Amino acid sequence: MSIPFPLPDGSILARRDEILAGLAPLLPSEALITTEDERRAFETDAFTAYRRVPLAVALPTTTEEVSAVLRYCHEQGVKVVARGAGTSLSGGAIPQTDAIVLGLSKLNRILDVNFPNRTARVQAGVTNLSITESVSAEGFFYAPDPSSQLACTIGGNIGMNSGGAHCLKYGVTTNNVLGVRMVQMDGTILDLGGEAMDAPGYDLLGVMVGSEGQLGIITEAVVRILPMAEDARPVLFGFDTSEEAGACVAAIIGAGIIPVAMEFMDKEAIAICEAFAKAGYPLDVGAMLIIEVEGSGVEMDAQLAKIIDIAKQHNVRVVRESKSAMETAAIWKGRKSAFGATGRLADYICMDGTVPTGQLSYVLKRTGEICAAAGHRVANVFHAGDGNMHPLIMFDVNDPKSAASAEHIGLELLKLCVDAGGCLTGEHGVGIEKRDLMRYQFTEDDLRQQMRVRAVFDPQWLLNPAKVFPLDGRE
Amino acid sequence: MNVTMLIERLQPQSEQEACEIVKQAKLDRWSLAIEGGGTRAGLGRPVQADAVLSTRRLTGITLYEPAELVISARAGTPLAEVEAALAAKGQMLPFEPADYRALYGSQGEPTIGAVAACNLSGPRRIQTGAARDALIGVRLVNGQAQAIKSGGRVMKNVTGLDLVKLTCGAHGTLGLFTEVTFKLLPRPHAQTTLILDGLDDAHAIAAMGSALSSPFEVSGAAHLPTGHDGTGAQTLLRLERDAESLAYRAQKLVERLAPFGAVRRVEGAESAALWRDIAQVKPLAKAHGPAIWKLSLPAHKATACMKAICENLGARYFYDWGGGLVWLAVMPGEDAGALRIRAAVAEAHGHATLMRAPDEIRAKLDVFAPLGAALMKVTSGIKQSFDPDGIFNPGRMYAGV
Ligand SMILES: Cc1cc2nc3c(=O)[nH]c(=O)nc-3n(C[C@H](O)[C@H](O)[C@H](O)COP(=O)(O)OP(=O)(O)OC[C@H]3O[C@@H](n4cnc5c(N)ncnc54)[C@H](O)[C@@H]3O)c2cc1C
Repeated sequence: MSIPFPLPDGSILARRDEILAGLAPLLPSEALITTEDERRAFETDAFTAYRRVPLAVALPTTTEEVSAVLRYCHEQGVKVVARGAGTSLSGGAIPQTDAIVLGLSKLNRILDVNFPNRTARVQAGVTNLSITESVSAEGFFYAPDPSSQLACTIGGNIGMNSGGAHCLKYGVTTNNVLGVRMVQMDGTILDLGGEAMDAPGYDLLGVMVGSEGQLGIITEAVVRILPMAEDARPVLFGFDTSEEAGACVAAIIGAGIIPVAMEFMDKEAIAICEAFAKAGYPLDVGAMLIIEVEGSGVEMDAQLAKIIDIAKQHNVRVVRESKSAMETAAIWKGRKSAFGATGRLADYICMDGTVPTGQLSYVLKRTGEICAAAGHRVANVFHAGDGNMHPLIMFDVNDPKSAASAEHIGLELLKLCVDAGGCLTGEHGVGIEKRDLMRYQFTEDDLRQQMRVRAVFDPQWLLNPAKVFPLDGRE
Repeated sequence: MNVTMLIERLQPQSEQEACEIVKQAKLDRWSLAIEGGGTRAGLGRPVQADAVLSTRRLTGITLYEPAELVISARAGTPLAEVEAALAAKGQMLPFEPADYRALYGSQGEPTIGAVAACNLSGPRRIQTGAARDALIGVRLVNGQAQAIKSGGRVMKNVTGLDLVKLTCGAHGTLGLFTEVTFKLLPRPHAQTTLILDGLDDAHAIAAMGSALSSPFEVSGAAHLPTGHDGTGAQTLLRLERDAESLAYRAQKLVERLAPFGAVRRVEGAESAALWRDIAQVKPLAKAHGPAIWKLSLPAHKATACMKAICENLGARYFYDWGGGLVWLAVMPGEDAGALRIRAAVAEAHGHATLMRAPDEIRAKLDVFAPLGAALMKVTSGIKQSFDPDGIFNPGRMYAGV
């Protein structure tokens, strides 16, 4: 376990009682969590190898309460870590012992759905899926669909600029959010963007999305809702090797075809997910693509015919179309539960680098070699259409050597992505996990510019300060 | 320093040269007006700077991978050159970059860097996103003469703060773009425009809303209250696809639009010409007298807003983006109608940009919608963080920024 946390501020720890007393009048009584047992529930997120029990947990119920809590913490110099559902895979929501957690779970209402303008205004703590559920009867959906969509919140999605399987066609969070209401560390409430397609001045919304809780706390968001396609059909394509499947992805995009989704699974991932979801995945292949097409029946047939032609040129062995809504649901359930299903077998860490699609075959091959050399099982399951890799490196949490080596090769794989022309993270965020690799992708000048922008919003570095930027050399 | 030398030096040929120029400007306390093709010099508040920093010689496509749907080019590369390279491979910039030469009566070639700097998108924005959505990587020189990068060339990237979005649409006030990278889309093989005649604004917006709420992926939705040719109201809905799918979807959409009246269809080149005119604001650009505003507002509030604006104000206008965008022409007068327009648009939770007006008017009015104190504070802070000495395009967006 090698990722350092900053040393806790002793003066804050010493003043804990006083700070809690200061917070208490700002919140409803049940909205301030102080007991050790209850605080422990917030000590980590989905990057479970690291934990820190926070000073306290505030669960405000209005924007004004958020503002009051932040203003108080600002005055007192108390650090604040925003938390949605705590499903971050990069440690973005892991607290510090000298910080309070500000959880948005009680801000969980859909405030307004505006069908004529095709937007919805929601509170930050609503889950991703519940936005879609609130508009689906009218034939709409909210497009970005992280596999964690049942649990994760829109605030967390904005914090991480999350993606999902269907982002190949519909874009990621930043392309689907039109506005936020946010609170700055000093308590100032700001509206960025809104119900119109753009806003005046600098694109502050653009920099807010993906800022990992470091620029302000989001309390509301305005998102675009899109009309659903007439129909959708996922198709499974089995190949002998990962390289063939990777090359097929590049060829499909190169031919000017953009399916709604193109998901990749290697042999290991197929076995794990099939055992869990019984989705009818082919078990005798080396790699599989789930490619989803949309439109009318005839349109889907036409697009599929083209895709199948290309797949044949890449020696596809199995082509299996979903024949019913139930099969479709099972196919997606298998894919979306990949992480959970892997977690039943072994502890794992999930990497998230992105590479140019032309490099997929090469990077997959190297990934296999690197993991094999270090003696780790690896399952690859990821968004292939946009080159966003997710190797799941398995290890034994009870064996410190195994855990350390998994962490080490994870970082090696991320460097491999950067070397291949890509980046450290495509959708899970930097958090603490990739923080100390930032200099591998960015120059000191690049990072300083980002930190100066950060400091405009939070000059004292009180918001989620242990994340994203290497601990040394901060301005 | 000798003046002719200077003009020579302010046309850097490389990022390195650009850094040196900025370093010198910082030492000499010079401000620099950034210029691409100079076709949109009339956009924004008039800039008073000590010298012009031109991207004219910072040209060339540096990476084009059709199979990965990505292109990078140096900032001064003519947009036409980029679009020609893409067309040769059957691809395009998704957002239909806007060409405002007709609007400003300007010559020259728009550059790809300015497309990014101004975040100007055409009709397809409603379907495939804005310039800021397609821009995935930038290199820029900031006011400290440092070459900075943000983003990259891959489709998904959340590594660090998204300075790509922040600098896109900053009108060159945060730095000089030296290279920009866009993601691309395959160019559809065919297009058709469905036309509804004679609708009033409210029905037109409802018709566009119905089309945009359909699963048929309408890629343009505009309403011209006096028509393209001045004869009568026209509501235009564009579909772009391969031929087979196009035929099917056009048919379905015609059925869906039946409650709004009979639908005519215009195909191929004729359809393309219609949308080119809309992207270039041709229906209003022709006459050079009027001031031109661009209103961005929620579509469902557009009709009421336009009613409020047009009472007592001789105005011509048309809608794009399904009603979310209004182009408005008024006689310049004292304030180009700013007071009334800004009040009505604020009521509708939108904002108004004065896109074209004589310099005197743009110097004394807020060209971009004024920001509240809290937003202005952040805005000034961002400017400071990139350009502490105020070297680039001083005052182009807001006084002091
Ligand atoms: C099984 C599983 C599958 C996943 N699949 C995907 C996937 O397909 N695609 C994908 O992109 N991610 C995926 N993730 C990662 C994770 O779900 C996303 O990052 C998600 O957006 C986090 O949302 P959350 O509500 O849990 O936020 P948290 O984890 O609580 O927080 C995430 C970050 O946002 C900040 N934050 C949270 N709320 C706010 C707020 N209101 N204001 C300001 N900052 C805030 C936090 O400080 C933190 O830095 C997956 C995770 C799991 C466990």
